[in-house]
Amino acid sequence: MNIIVLLKQVPDTETQIKIAPDGKSIVTDDIKWIMNPYDEFGVEEALRIKEKFGGEVTVVGLGPKRVTESIRTALAMGADKGILITDDALEGSDSLAVAKAITAAVKDLDYDLIFTGQRGIDDDMGVVGASVAELLGIPNISLGIKVEISEDQKTVTVNRPVEGQTLVIESSLPALITAQKGLNEPRYASLPGIMKAKRKPLEEKSLADLGLDASEFGTEARKVKILELTPPPERAAGKIIEGETPQEKAAELARLLHEEAKVL
Amino acid sequence: MYFNEDHNALRATVKRFVDKEINPYVDDWEQSNVPLHDLFKKMGDLGLLGITYDPKYGGQGLDYWFDLVFLEELGHCKADGVPMAIGVQTHMATPAIHEFGSEYLKETYLKPAVAGDMVTAIGVTEPEAGSDVASLLTRAVKDGDSYVINGSKRFITNGCQADYVTLLARTSDDPGYHSFGLFVVPTKTPGFVVNKKLDKMGMRCSDTAELFFDDMRIPAENLIGEEGEGFIIQMKQFQHERFYALPGAYVSARDMIDMTVEYIRQRKVFGKPLIAKQVLRHRLAEWVTQLECLKQLTYHIVRMKMEGLDATREITMGKLFAGDLVFNVAHGCLQMWGGMGYMNETLISRKFRDSRLLSIGGGANEVMLEVIAKLEGF
Ligand SMILES: Cc1cc2nc3c(=O)[nH]c(=O)nc-3n(C[C@H](O)[C@H](O)[C@H](O)COP(=O)(O)OP(=O)(O)OC[C@H]3O[C@@H](n4cnc5c(N)ncnc54)[C@H](O)[C@@H]3O)c2cc1C
Repeated sequence: MNIIVLLKQVPDTETQIKIAPDGKSIVTDDIKWIMNPYDEFGVEEALRIKEKFGGEVTVVGLGPKRVTESIRTALAMGADKGILITDDALEGSDSLAVAKAITAAVKDLDYDLIFTGQRGIDDDMGVVGASVAELLGIPNISLGIKVEISEDQKTVTVNRPVEGQTLVIESSLPALITAQKGLNEPRYASLPGIMKAKRKPLEEKSLADLGLDASEFGTEARKVKILELTPPPERAAGKIIEGETPQEKAAELARLLHEEAKVL
Repeated sequence: MYFNEDHNALRATVKRFVDKEINPYVDDWEQSNVPLHDLFKKMGDLGLLGITYDPKYGGQGLDYWFDLVFLEELGHCKADGVPMAIGVQTHMATPAIHEFGSEYLKETYLKPAVAGDMVTAIGVTEPEAGSDVASLLTRAVKDGDSYVINGSKRFITNGCQADYVTLLARTSDDPGYHSFGLFVVPTKTPGFVVNKKLDKMGMRCSDTAELFFDDMRIPAENLIGEEGEGFIIQMKQFQHERFYALPGAYVSARDMIDMTVEYIRQRKVFGKPLIAKQVLRHRLAEWVTQLECLKQLTYHIVRMKMEGLDATREITMGKLFAGDLVFNVAHGCLQMWGGMGYMNETLISRKFRDSRLLSIGGGANEVMLEVIAKLEGF
């Protein structure tokens, strides 16, 4: 089984996000970058399948040079090879453009399965996985929480949660699966793994290397334009209900829910 | 400036380990014990228990910057008893075996400790010998191919769970420092008795034991290095123990400051957030200045160790400074929390209790001062 994992680098969830003066982007100076947590589920699942059936796991990332660090993390976890698609012209590209670049980088690889996270936790678009599947002409199965490869390695069965129920989908291979929380518990990069990762192949590809036209990428070529970013409204202070007895407090709570919050 | 991509990757792994495998459980462990076999196995699998040790024995063969990164991240544990237990395994009970032990000892005892299959303890302190190590009474008498050991140890960290204790015992009555042996003592040896887990003001998740040895017979090959050199070897091992304490101290101090700043930002007193008081802000500024000094001294020590220089003087100074720093910061931060800080539900109250140990354990402040004074020729 040869497996490709698509990986995005995103700001750490603990980062305080600040909107840049242009009002359309965020300040990236003090951000600590991590592998998108949903992609980490993909890496883990790929490694488990590889451990069962053999084969190779290739990690593909896109973005500036710093993305190398997240690819190395995946290599330290046990992936075999990395590809970084990096090009100044990619800066500001929308999801579709990203999907096009990724497709160009993976289409000629020998693969049975592609994993991506179900969405990036930064933009929350959730488009790249499905777009890549479409561009490659392979089935797309989203929000996998359980993945099983058949013994003959010809089909895959994926569980997807739907409104408290489980939808079980069977697909031929190759296919693309987007990983949802609950799929697995990703392993840690061990220290020997970290040291070994340095010696694993990591290729860099520019748009030209991929035979792509730079004018179709970047901010100017966006089909989805960002007009404005605004911070979420500040949370209003809570209200403490006063009262001598529980009965009094409950009555006051009911009154407020009825008259002020108007939910009763 | 100091760290490369590999260091950062190790930092991320240890940080995540602390966040996921340690901190969610410390409240429970404080009521009972850290399950050391379980914890160490997980760490051994990740290659964290022998970072600087020879790969022949399962170590990673990496330099002291990696060790430093590891210790810094352990500093974020929400109960100091956890890093202390880990530190015993990596920096207090095994360095002597790695440095001076025979091939047999390394294969039989170092390797499983590095793999996380064996839990270790360091047995130096006795009822009659704490600061004055050389006054210890536990005796090891050579008898054919064995040593027969009688005596006791107290305040032994990991003592209830350990598979072996690295034990300092007297091998002759001659005065001076050449009358001791350092031994690897398996705890399942007949005559080895764990008397009890001691009840402490802090480090409550750490098991601290009182041990007795009653005609305990161990193979002579369990002696580390030469007979008569045990004290000298242990003094060298203390350098690792004391170094271990430094990164955790400035990281823990920083965490205490951060949690306190967060609290006094929102705590209103006399109509304004407490942080508006200049006297408090200045106090905080003084502490961060001091912790930066300790951090830089520690980085200097790492550089010295990398050059193969003897850093006894600097490590001793660091240990002294670290003990005072965490004590002062914990005390001062708790004051800013007021009555809330006195409540067991706040982390600062645990930090206050835990941090009290550093100026006593591993050599009290006064002992550090003695060493420094001696080295300075005063
Ligand atoms: C929680 C905990 C865990 C420990 N874990 C271990 C362990 O794993 N292994 C181990 O071997 N030991 C361990 N110890 C023991 C520790 O190393 C000793 O407590 C320490 O060395 C001090 O010895 P003591 O308690 O006998 O104090 P004492 O030697 O009785 O000294 C009491 C005090 O006298 C002062 N003093 C000492 N010497 C001088 C001097 N020259 N001039 C002026 N004042 C002086 C100091 O302030 C000192 O604190 C542990 C202790 C504790 C509390």
